[in-house]
Amino acid sequence: MIKIWSMKKNEEAAGKKKPKTSAAQIRVQKDLTELDLPSTMKTYFHDPADLLNFTLTITPDEGMYKGGAFNFSFAINSNYPHDPPKVKCTQTIYHPNVDLEGNVCLNILREDWKPVLNLNAVMVGLQYLFLEPNTDDPLNKEAAQEMSKNRDEFVMHVKSSMRGANIKGVQYTSVISQ
Amino acid sequence: MVNVQGNQDWEGRYYHIDQILDAPGPRTDEGFMAGDDVKDFLRNQAKILVIGAGGLGCEILANLALTGFKDIHVIDMDTIDISNLNRQFLFRQKDVGKSKAIVAAEFIMKTRARSQGDAVSIGLAFLLQIISSGEFLRYFGKIQDKDDDYYLQFNLVICGLDSVEARRWINATLVNLVDSENPESLKPLIDGGTEGFKGQARVILPTITSCYECSLDMLNKPTAFPICTIANTPRLPEHCIEWASVLEWPRVHGDKKMDTDNPDDISWLYAVAASRANEFNIEGVTWSLTQGVVKNIIPAIASTNAIIAASCCNEAFKIATSSAAYLNNYFMLIGVEGVYSYTFEHEKKGNCPVCGGESVSLSISREMVLEELIELLTERQDIQIKNPSLSTPTKQLYLRAPLQLEEATRPNLLKKMSELIPDGGEVTVTAGTLPFSLSLDISFT
Repeated sequence: MIKIWSMKKNEEAAGKKKPKTSAAQIRVQKDLTELDLPSTMKTYFHDPADLLNFTLTITPDEGMYKGGAFNFSFAINSNYPHDPPKVKCTQTIYHPNVDLEGNVCLNILREDWKPVLNLNAVMVGLQYLFLEPNTDDPLNKEAAQEMSKNRDEFVMHVKSSMRGANIKGVQYTSVISQ
Repeated sequence: MVNVQGNQDWEGRYYHIDQILDAPGPRTDEGFMAGDDVKDFLRNQAKILVIGAGGLGCEILANLALTGFKDIHVIDMDTIDISNLNRQFLFRQKDVGKSKAIVAAEFIMKTRARSQGDAVSIGLAFLLQIISSGEFLRYFGKIQDKDDDYYLQFNLVICGLDSVEARRWINATLVNLVDSENPESLKPLIDGGTEGFKGQARVILPTITSCYECSLDMLNKPTAFPICTIANTPRLPEHCIEWASVLEWPRVHGDKKMDTDNPDDISWLYAVAASRANEFNIEGVTWSLTQGVVKNIIPAIASTNAIIAASCCNEAFKIATSSAAYLNNYFMLIGVEGVYSYTFEHEKKGNCPVCGGESVSLSISREMVLEELIELLTERQDIQIKNPSLSTPTKQLYLRAPLQLEEATRPNLLKKMSELIPDGGEVTVTAGTLPFSLSLDISFT
């Protein structure tokens, strides 16, 4: 045997140890306690003892989504940061990159996720979607088409959807921030 | 537990292995004890754990037995699928649906009882007869079910796994097992992995060399398509399948979890994906592709498994016998175009969350409150932490931020440490000034 072993075996030598904090858990603790968010973003924990599931509220202070409060659920699994956090919009909103089920098209949430990225990067990325919706890679195709073809009408629809209007048969969530 | 005992060593069985063990060579370690001592350790004392009894695992089990290891334990949580049979040669069609770990062990027992030349080919019968003289113990279940005591009984652990999560778990467990007071607690981990024509074998000496977590950012990311492509501009059959599983499943089934092992769920996905493919004139959506995409199946190549398993078992043999220098510490194989291999030393990552963090033992009074402990941490010259956040494996003690969590944990600041953690308990500290984290072993005076 290589030298790191001694010849004798002593099976009972080491006492039973406690479960160690998982790498995912420590990483989430580190990500959360070192978040550097602008005042337009706030986290909310339904259960402060559960760091793996929480809500992020974004209240853009400029752009066409100004005045709204947009909620996203974050769910982190035990394979973080190998796996990205699962993020969904919990409201029905009118946005080129968010579909009516709340799926979000943000590259770093799927195809471009890397373990070196952190929760801060994801949150800043989400906020950016409200400042600069991306019509090149739409998830809500109609919204994207309208935004690139008739921007004024798009802005109008954004404003009324944020007040909870019904547009073309879709009932949107009222997201006006208090 | 199935315990396969028996000694079928015959004259000359270890003739070739003994060439290596009978006399030292230019590359043998100075601790090498040529002759009976090393043979006795290899054949009567060494206890080895094989995690995974799949493509790699079957090869590993056969190789280990042929090398002369006798006390081999195998653990696997999987059941046998018909698609495994081409390369996982310990299993037969009648075994489909049964536990891999149990069948691997039982097959060997039965073969031993059966006359030679039964249904199996002569070559395989010979191989299995050799294997069957070893001692196998198997466990059907998750590696996470086993506690530290279970892993402490082995000299060596070999992994032939297909899951990143399971590897991270066993790696962290073995790193955590290392107790500076007890040299026996350091269990070398040999990790094999294959993906199509590519593979890797590595030797991890927990806390000494770089660990699995150190290299996490080297991993290929699983193929993921942009969700907007899936939703709007599908071009590939995979896009249609992802559309069915990522977007349509949650829309139709709500919170019900998809079970990728349930044929009904796969059939539903297949039907949805096929109709979408039809709509966009995309060809190639099949039932098996659907299963392959949602289970993230990469076609397994038997020869890649054989090469990587051979490399792993070679390392196990060298480490157990110290008959030659072992791998330091990463071997990779790329067989996509020709055969290319490269060996290098993967370096330890200073800020590795598993092996990089430092551990400090602190002896404090039972009466000390959390606030005083934090003060102690920030004042101590050898620690020097600014604004730490603290937690135990089961709960948060004090988090600096965000405000809501700070408020929720603030009442703990005035609680006695003895109320918050048991004697000998562990506290994980994170802070912006630390490379990653610091682990405190707290004992009370």
